[in-house]
Amino acid sequence: MPDKPETETVEIFIMGKKYEVPKGLTIMKAMEYSGYQYIRGVGCRGGFCGACSTIYRLEGDYKLHTDLACQTTVQDGMYLTQLPFTPAGREQYDLEELDISNNPLLDLYPELARCVSCNTCTKTCPQDLEVMDFVNEAIKGNIEKVAELSFDCIQCGLCAARCPAEIPHHHVGQLARRIYGRYQAPESEHLEERVEEINNGVFDDELEELVNLPEEELRIRYENREIEE
Amino acid sequence: MRDITYYPGCSLKDTAKGFEASAVKVSEEMNVNLKELDRWNCCGTVYSLTDDNLMKQLGPIRNLIRARDEGSDKLYTLCSMCDNTLKRANLLVREEEDKRDKINSFMDQESDYEGSLEVRHYLEFLQDDLGWGEVRDRVEEPLEDLNVASYYGCMLTRPKDIGLDDPHNPTILGELVENLGGTPVDFPYESECCGSYNTVDNKEMVLNKTQTITAGARKSGADVLITSCPLCHFNLDSRQSDLLEVAPNHKPLPVLYFTQLMAVAFGYPKVNKFDEHAIDPKEVLKLENKVGSER
Amino acid sequence: MDLTNSDRELTANVEELSGENIFSCYQCGKCSAGCPFTEEMDILPNQVIKKVQMGDGSVLDSDTPWTCASCLSCEVDCPKGNDVPAIMEAIREISLRKNLDRVDINKLETKGLPEIALVSNLRKKTG
Repeated sequence: MPDKPETETVEIFIMGKKYEVPKGLTIMKAMEYSGYQYIRGVGCRGGFCGACSTIYRLEGDYKLHTDLACQTTVQDGMYLTQLPFTPAGREQYDLEELDISNNPLLDLYPELARCVSCNTCTKTCPQDLEVMDFVNEAIKGNIEKVAELSFDCIQCGLCAARCPAEIPHHHVGQLARRIYGRYQAPESEHLEERVEEINNGVFDDELEELVNLPEEELRIRYENREIEE
Repeated sequence: MRDITYYPGCSLKDTAKGFEASAVKVSEEMNVNLKELDRWNCCGTVYSLTDDNLMKQLGPIRNLIRARDEGSDKLYTLCSMCDNTLKRANLLVREEEDKRDKINSFMDQESDYEGSLEVRHYLEFLQDDLGWGEVRDRVEEPLEDLNVASYYGCMLTRPKDIGLDDPHNPTILGELVENLGGTPVDFPYESECCGSYNTVDNKEMVLNKTQTITAGARKSGADVLITSCPLCHFNLDSRQSDLLEVAPNHKPLPVLYFTQLMAVAFGYPKVNKFDEHAIDPKEVLKLENKVGSER
Repeated sequence: MDLTNSDRELTANVEELSGENIFSCYQCGKCSAGCPFTEEMDILPNQVIKKVQMGDGSVLDSDTPWTCASCLSCEVDCPKGNDVPAIMEAIREISLRKNLDRVDINKLETKGLPEIALVSNLRKKTG
């Protein structure tokens, strides 16, 4: 029997306990390899859902790093734990009833005014967003800019966990994007036209035909569908 | 056109839009371009007074670093609170080496700052850099028969080491009024606090001051009152509507930003967005009879 | 006042936080004479300083430091050059650093208030 090639390993510490895990694993896989089971605090495993926030420090470095467990590979001397949830306050509102005449972001989240511009949120963001900048735009009531700067937010909540002013940045950004989409985004002409066509029954026959197709034929059509470049 | 680097502050983008719009317009008339900082954050509004709380100095200092990094050596302000906070934070960096070092090492993604920038208020720009003559030359509609109370409040003149005028006898706003053809009126409450941020949790205390200050200006013969501070403006203008609810006999006094008065005298009253004011100044300013009332 | 219970630590703490020499105050009262808000205060600004000099902990229960609007009129009037507003802030900070916020954002009616008012208020009255 030929010797199995030896797997290179790294030493990591999960909540202070030492484990030896194969090099190249993500934090998430390394934790599972070490015997931990994710029940909550895990989702898409692809870096999009924001469920698997991790906080870690590397040996010999004072800095606390933050990232997503499914996106970050383990390193030798990594001290880590999962932060599956940040209990940041999210206001209840009805988007249709919201008074947007003043500054709805500051009205609903007055704690925004406690920001000291320390930039910790920006340094914490695993999506590399300019979080502090959108908090400042929120204070000014510039909803469009908040929506734009927070567009790639995945709601992981790490910013809120580290904020000394206890601001729920991710919820503020989400509110801004909702208000922008509901009240401020320019209407898309194509969409309007298409909705009207649908309402006028332009596609009724085609849809009816599809509904009545046998599954086999539907599959063939799906596979040969036109894909826009 | 002369460019000056300008820090607006949050209010001028929200509740004090007329302040910014009028400043931009009158500057343009004097061949000055207010070049807004590309990126800026809240100044903090109030300077932190405890010796060890450096966290609260980060906001203003970050703005100074950004202005320096954008290649400016002077940063101009309009809002009194921004002016005060930025100037005091700059002084802290210049004078207190141990705090400067600590702040620089905390802000580890930014280049070090030693206080090289100079922060100046727009009034200082008018008086010292441009000269009153430039202002006078642009006046199209002199403010004849208009009595103006200058309200300095707190942040323009205090503390002494950053104040732009004598804290006990300031004259700079009065000089501006004279150069616009108006009449400055002597007014005992020119430097008395409006109650400032207590407007959030102690409205009654502020209403007392709203009444004292606006009625006091009226008694001294003022037709309007001018200020440079959006928080004073809120407490003296918007709070007058609240005051009228409890004191219906109060005779309301219009409150303007000093740049709005300049815009009126320069013949561009429309930029002022007077519709956003609680107490409408249009009648007192007799705008309908003037040239440029449509501008 | 029971001077046997004088709290030296309080005096030292205020001096450290404010960076001011509390004992340089000779109680001339100019700070109180010029203060625009004395009508709203339970004790006068110079009495606040006196209490700190005496190490009288009841100063922490006074409304005066919270009524103070940091307008700095006492600062320019003090013949000894004391930064009285910094002393007021030190007293506020002693409470704020124990998580005793003066305003509760959850209960405050903040709707419609300009950001400049909220930012300054929360900076001075929450920790």
